[in-house]
Amino acid sequence: MKINVLAFGVAKEIFGSSLVSLELTNDATIYNLKYLLEQQYPRLKQLASYMVAVNNEYALPGDTIHERDEIAIIPPVSGG
Amino acid sequence: MQHTQVILTADTLDVPSCINWIMSPQSGGIDVFIGTVRNATKGKSVLRLEFEAYEPMAISEMEKICRQAFDQWPVQKVLVHHRTGTLQVGEIPVIIAVSAAHRAAAFEACRYIIDTLKQTVPIWKKEIFEDGEVWVAAHP
Repeated sequence: MKINVLAFGVAKEIFGSSLVSLELTNDATIYNLKYLLEQQYPRLKQLASYMVAVNNEYALPGDTIHERDEIAIIPPVSGG
Repeated sequence: MQHTQVILTADTLDVPSCINWIMSPQSGGIDVFIGTVRNATKGKSVLRLEFEAYEPMAISEMEKICRQAFDQWPVQKVLVHHRTGTLQVGEIPVIIAVSAAHRAAAFEACRYIIDTLKQTVPIWKKEIFEDGEVWVAAHP
């Protein structure tokens, strides 16, 4: 399945775009997504940490991704 | 949630209107935290800050924190306003306001809200210096 990944903050600069498309297997997890992204964008591994959000909620590494989910990369937040 | 007001905006934040909204006849006190843009970080001059948000999730996370405050303390009203966009030194990126019958709950809830916001709400700030810029907290 093809999924779109939104990027914010420093992740947007690492991707060179606020939106990237990826091809994932149908039962892919957050862990699989992070692995694939880190292969394509090794600078992600230099971040202090980063989370993945699915449909506006923080996701866990074992969570499964579904087609049409809204996926976002959340680098360390710094609001306030 | 009529006792909660969460706003994410590119417009200037207005402290008096926040105080007006938070006050109520049932309140014995209100607690207001105002974040302001500091002119330096680690001894280095900051020219301005740029705030970016993942808007729908930032709003839902701020609303979640407000619900947690109501769950933990006997507070009456809770307000969170946060800016996006470019802010100059001295401008206000965030206002938290809490009203309660007694001050302890207002102080504690206010602190909880700003501390948790800084940890969980998907908003990012970039510090702009004379010789470069950096996303705050991005790298170890």
